[in-house]
Amino acid sequence: MSLTQDTAADGLYGLLAEFSSPETLLQACEKVRDRGMSAWDAHTPFPIHGLEKAMGLKRSIIPLFVLVLGLGGAAIGMLMQWWIATKAYPLVISGKPLFSWPAFVPVAFECGVLGGALGAVFGFLGQARLPQHNHALFNSENFERVTDDGFFISVEAADPNFDREETEQWLLDLGATRVEAIAP
Amino acid sequence: MEHSQHRTISADDLKLAGDGVGRLTKICGAIGILGLLATFLLYSGNHQQFYFSYLVSFSFWLSIALGALIFVLIQYATRAGWSVVVRRLAEHTMATLPLFALLFIPIAFGLHELFHWSHAEAVAHDALLQKKSGFLNPGFFYVRAAVYFALWSGLALWFRRRSLIQDLSKDPLTTRLLQSVSAPGIVLFGVTVTFASFDWLMSLDPHWYSTAFGVYFFAGCFLAIHAVLILLCLGLQSRKILPGVVTFEHYHDLGKMLFAFVVFWAYIGFSQFMLIWYANIPEETLWYQNRLQGGWYGVTVALVVGHFALPFLFLLMRDVKRRRASLRLAALWLLAVHFLDLYWLVMPTLHTHGAELHLLDLTTFVGIGGLFCAALGILMRRGALVPIGDPRLVESLSFENI
Repeated sequence: MSLTQDTAADGLYGLLAEFSSPETLLQACEKVRDRGMSAWDAHTPFPIHGLEKAMGLKRSIIPLFVLVLGLGGAAIGMLMQWWIATKAYPLVISGKPLFSWPAFVPVAFECGVLGGALGAVFGFLGQARLPQHNHALFNSENFERVTDDGFFISVEAADPNFDREETEQWLLDLGATRVEAIAP
Repeated sequence: MEHSQHRTISADDLKLAGDGVGRLTKICGAIGILGLLATFLLYSGNHQQFYFSYLVSFSFWLSIALGALIFVLIQYATRAGWSVVVRRLAEHTMATLPLFALLFIPIAFGLHELFHWSHAEAVAHDALLQKKSGFLNPGFFYVRAAVYFALWSGLALWFRRRSLIQDLSKDPLTTRLLQSVSAPGIVLFGVTVTFASFDWLMSLDPHWYSTAFGVYFFAGCFLAIHAVLILLCLGLQSRKILPGVVTFEHYHDLGKMLFAFVVFWAYIGFSQFMLIWYANIPEETLWYQNRLQGGWYGVTVALVVGHFALPFLFLLMRDVKRRRASLRLAALWLLAVHFLDLYWLVMPTLHTHGAELHLLDLTTFVGIGGLFCAALGILMRRGALVPIGDPRLVESLSFENI
């Protein structure tokens, strides 16, 4: 662990390796994955098929947020109407019982949709740790090409397997055209 | 690396080789004929029961063929890539539609047993039926049925024929042509299926009407064809046909469509129910009243649970849609509850106090189903199982869910 602390003390966020094509990036990702790195990421200008598998990403847990908040939203929607119609402001409408659940289904359904949508949006933001005002990778001018034609792998100094010289050489061996040190 | 490799098809994947399927076709045909024979024997003394049982079974098998037709039209209209490997199976299925024109003949003969509005003396004493007699009269009923079958058969046979010709010509212009015809085809399909469901199912209770009824019937059709496509693919692959052509990615998508149309069915069904329940107009509520009392109440609850709640929760899981056994179970289950749905639409007119199962329910189901499966088997042996000339085939073969 001393190495990690040393490099952090050096004022290093990590290394940014550039690759020339999606294919070389995918192959490099598999190697990084197989080495057991944990604090790393791949950056591409467009979605690449198979990248999740090459990176060894686990399935997202966002669907779980959507399910729980969706069902929760629907339950709250139904409870709210039950409370309003039978407790807060009981009012007989067209001779129907106070708790006429079929009439409450559309609102409960919409509350479920709302809950699910909020679960998706905020689940995503939380998982992606957004919003962030800045990111260390933006210190690299070259990284701007990630929205154009650049394919990158970033390895953080915080990774237990990180070693400045060795990791740099290793990334070059994986086919990186250029490896850059990123200030925090 | 799967992602960069474009899968290709070998010629063996495309043909129904061996006698296994041929034998199966003959067995289906024999079962069908036996079923219809048994139906014929049971007919005497059970006239009304026969016609109602026949209508349920006819609607069930027809809904699969109609689902196949709209499936193919939609794939062309949306220029879908993922579905190309399963589209030909739907094309074979929809080509059974002319058979249903033949199978409709008993319903045409049973008009007076099935439809209250077809009796002149009943209309004479019923102001409401008099108002509707411009539409609900036997002559126009027959003409409409002829138009429906001519249109469906024409569309289905023409699309399949063009697609089969493309297998040899590999001409992308065929796809262009079919794409441009598919959109008006969808409109024609929508109108005819809506009115066919009005004519054959909704008019069983001629005082009752629901503008959502056609969509409700369509939801069942579309659900049924996805279940059938899943079962066809699983059945073929268990015989080592289409290996590597239909992958888990395709099954996953078919499963997603099952899930979507389980929800769609419930959405339409509930919308229809809620508006009628809310407005509380006697002539509208009666139809639901008949299905919410006596023995039919249990069937209604079984539909809500079995056709919506259970499959909704089951198909929600990703792994269910990517495993053969669970997807097969879901497809079989949904076909069973789809049959129950049609039974629930038709039978309360005959048995007002509750479901009464009759041997004719089984014999008509097996009879029509056997002929349908035999026709499908013959059609499948007459052409490739995958549209090899389709320009989007490579895209479909290498399709992956993200």
